[in-house]
Amino acid sequence: MIVQELIFYAFSLVLVFAAVAVVTVRNPIYAVLFLVLAFFTAAGIWMLLEAEFLAIILIVVYVGAVMVLFLFVVMMLDINLVPFKEGFIRYLPVAVLVAIAMAAELLMMMWGRGRFGVEMFPVPMPNPADYSNTRELGVLLYTNYLLPFEVAGVVLLVAIIAAVSLTLRTRPGIRTQNPSVQVRTRRDESVRLVKMKSEKPRSV
Amino acid sequence: MLTLAHFLTLGAILFSLSVAGIFINRKNIIILLMCIELMLLAVNMNFVAFSRFLGNLDGQIFVFFILTVAAAEAGIGLAILVVLFRNRQTINVAELDDLKG
Repeated sequence: MIVQELIFYAFSLVLVFAAVAVVTVRNPIYAVLFLVLAFFTAAGIWMLLEAEFLAIILIVVYVGAVMVLFLFVVMMLDINLVPFKEGFIRYLPVAVLVAIAMAAELLMMMWGRGRFGVEMFPVPMPNPADYSNTRELGVLLYTNYLLPFEVAGVVLLVAIIAAVSLTLRTRPGIRTQNPSVQVRTRRDESVRLVKMKSEKPRSV
Repeated sequence: MLTLAHFLTLGAILFSLSVAGIFINRKNIIILLMCIELMLLAVNMNFVAFSRFLGNLDGQIFVFFILTVAAAEAGIGLAILVVLFRNRQTINVAELDDLKG
């Protein structure tokens, strides 16, 4: 039990540090890398909560795909870093004030009069060793949540089409093949018959 | 002993930090997108914690769908960003004032 607490506090420290770094570092590439660190530690904390499937999904899908996409875009764009930090000092007091106020309100809600304490939400027993989180999630996903699952697939399809159609461009002045025209070509477009008299080879 | 309040506190701190990040980095769209991702992570943390402490897996299903929608959102957002940079050679929010809003 004490080991779990140690792990929780260590991971929480790293997570909060990474989140602070994401919002304060100057270079967007470092921000993306700190965000990757934040997702990794969050996956560790989800492991403590026995959400193994989601922890792995967070690393494989989120870090492996979405964050790498962010990295690609950040590295592809040639950004001038100077103007981005113009308002940094100016907006810092407001930001700190808003963050502290929000955090204080939320924490007052949580810790006030034992709303979410042990007496309301007792600590659950750990799952048995042969319990499969992935299997339970799969059963739920393919029975009760089948329609939302299909809708999620449609959402991803729309995202693919939108991203491709947004970034697709035809550059002028580039010679490319057009296979449909090539396939549809007819004989009289490429073969020309010339009428001419037959000639007799001149004897030397 | 780790109670529900521990995890909720962590989520609240993460959420507040990302709100502060949106205030600080209001010039840079990429960092704004990353702050939104961080916010979604905080919300997901709450969902997973409640799912564990209520013994109900529906919260984890919801996190699954949030991750799906967040991936779609990031993909479209970054595509818009690339098109924007291609047309304007900048992603500074202050210079994107064509609509005079």
